[in-house]
Amino acid sequence: MNIIVCAKEVVDVSEIKTDPKTNKPILQGIDKKISDIDKNAVEEGVRIKEKLGGKVTVLSVGPSEAREYIKELLAMGADEAKIIPYADTGDYNVVSTILAGAINNLGYDIILCGEASIDLFSGQTGPRLAQKLGIPQITYAKKLEPKEDTITADRDLGDKKVTMESSYPVLISVTKEINEPRLPSLMQILGAANKPIEVIAHSSLVSEETSVLERIDIKGVSMERKNIIYKDDIDDAIGKLVENLAKDGVLG
Amino acid sequence: MVLIYSNDRKLALEMLAKGRELADEQGKQLTVAVISNKDTATDEYIRHGADKVFVAHMDMDSFKVEEYTDILAGIMEKTGAETVLIGSNRDGKELAPRLASLLDTGCVTDITDVYIKDGDLTAERVIYSGNAVAVERFIKKPHIMTVPGKLFDPLPPDDSRVGEVITENIDFEPYPSKIINIQRMVSEGINVEDAVSIVSCGRGFKNREDMTLAEELADLLPGNTMGCSRPISADLKWMTEDHWIGLSGHKVKPKLYFAIGISGQIQHIAGMRDSDIIVAINKDPEALIFKSADYGIVGDLYQVLPKLVDAIKTKMS
Ligand SMILES: Cc1cc2nc3c(=O)[nH]c(=O)nc-3n(C[C@H](O)[C@H](O)[C@H](O)COP(=O)(O)OP(=O)(O)OC[C@H]3O[C@@H](n4cnc5c(N)ncnc54)[C@H](O)[C@@H]3O)c2cc1C
Ligand SMILES: Nc1ncnc2c1ncn2[C@@H]1O[C@H](COP(=O)(O)O)[C@@H](O)[C@H]1O
Repeated sequence: MNIIVCAKEVVDVSEIKTDPKTNKPILQGIDKKISDIDKNAVEEGVRIKEKLGGKVTVLSVGPSEAREYIKELLAMGADEAKIIPYADTGDYNVVSTILAGAINNLGYDIILCGEASIDLFSGQTGPRLAQKLGIPQITYAKKLEPKEDTITADRDLGDKKVTMESSYPVLISVTKEINEPRLPSLMQILGAANKPIEVIAHSSLVSEETSVLERIDIKGVSMERKNIIYKDDIDDAIGKLVENLAKDGVLG
Repeated sequence: MVLIYSNDRKLALEMLAKGRELADEQGKQLTVAVISNKDTATDEYIRHGADKVFVAHMDMDSFKVEEYTDILAGIMEKTGAETVLIGSNRDGKELAPRLASLLDTGCVTDITDVYIKDGDLTAERVIYSGNAVAVERFIKKPHIMTVPGKLFDPLPPDDSRVGEVITENIDFEPYPSKIINIQRMVSEGINVEDAVSIVSCGRGFKNREDMTLAEELADLLPGNTMGCSRPISADLKWMTEDHWIGLSGHKVKPKLYFAIGISGQIQHIAGMRDSDIIVAINKDPEALIFKSADYGIVGDLYQVLPKLVDAIKTKMS
């Protein structure tokens, strides 16, 4: 089974603050990491390999520094990684065209993505990629049952639950709930140092990128709250809270 | 031409209101696409603002995204659609980017606003899990967007409106995936978006039954609904997805929001930050939720909730 997992380096969104002067999010100096659900995708890829045999390749379009975080995914059990350096402009057409170019050069049976990234959070990449490759897509998978020739997926879609089956190749996007990503052991971390990470120039994959969207502004969001926190006596705290809520006129 | 599509009729009616505005501003027509052999609401769409309803007649009754992509692209070609609004339920969210990819064009998901700026269609959406809003300009046609529920109010129905209904067969390429089973989920008919007070439960509750403690609190509050964090719904299934609040769930703006045993990760905050008053109950004094709260009680919810219920009862009697 040739399994490809798309994973992305992102800023740790929980650390972002808004600059009160410019009303822009401050992105400098924020820690980076692999987007949360991409780890679930890697975990699922490794589990499929453990069941059916094969190889897990991680693909990432983004800065070459991503190498540092990609190593974690190799320690989790992925076999190799390919990084395609490209400055993220938030243009999904460009990113998915580059990913499709890279994937077309590899053999593939299953492509795994996260349901959505934590920075751009749109869930566009998977469906766009599947269309570019001309293969079926199964999104929001929360359980997979891979067999030799077909794979079954359970999907929670709010007002309905859908079970789907597909032959290979297929693109699947997974939810956060599908599994608990493993924490690699020290041995696995050390072992990952020898696994290959190849850097590929995007110009070798696509002749030209058509931008379809331009980000003209980013506005921060700020929230003013009273922040009255009662820490000590619970009875006292409850009394004050109820007084305040009554004063605020929200108790009806 | 502005085109509206959703398999959720309510959402289609909401999008018609914005679609009408965008169409009028550009002197364009407004069309609703219907992909079904059962949807009989064509008149309703016209009463709510559509000039035309384009019915792609199908023998297929379950949504398959690859085929719907082909069909919608076919409808766009036949109607000359330049701007497409797609309902942002999960079906719509996987359809829109696939369609955009087929047409090599831009797509903005879960818009929070859309307008024409300096002659170009421009849409806003939340990024960085709720920490910022991106303003994005389409530089190519067609423009594709997904629109979440409750963003726009439907226009009042106008019985005097007349429109055209076109029915055609559209070809599509069959795909090798198949739907094995569809289980409709019973909706409790609740609407967190309309609630005046929301009492939301998180992983701080040890058992499903314990949430009755929170229900007792909710019962005292005006226009109340129960809410929850993602794990309570998506993981534990203690509440249906109607209750799930946050970035990937519902966005709410009640007068009063209780976050009980919820840690306050940005993805949860993104769904409730517009509440008037936020109250947090958490046993961890360092919990992030306190940063986003007006009032907070550091304490064990199992102790705090019964006492709080008593205190509110006393206050209101
Ligand atoms: C892409 C993406 C999208 C997401 N979308 C959403 C979303 O839409 N909505 C959402 O909610 N989450 C979402 N999440 C998940 C989010 O990041 C958090 O994991 C989640 O909100 C945590 O839920 P929680 O606060 O209930 O649980 P926890 O984080 O486990 O917090 C439990 C809290 O309960 C407190 N507690 C424990 N026992 C007690 C007690 N006896 N009394 C009082 N307090 C107690 C603890 O101190 C802790 O703060 C998303 C994540 C990702 C990656
Ligand atoms: N630059 C990228 N490189 C590799 N994979 C990506 C990239 N961007 C998005 N993805 C994949 O697409 C998923 C959805 O991301 P998004 O479309 O940004 O919500 C992610 O969880 C990744 O699996």
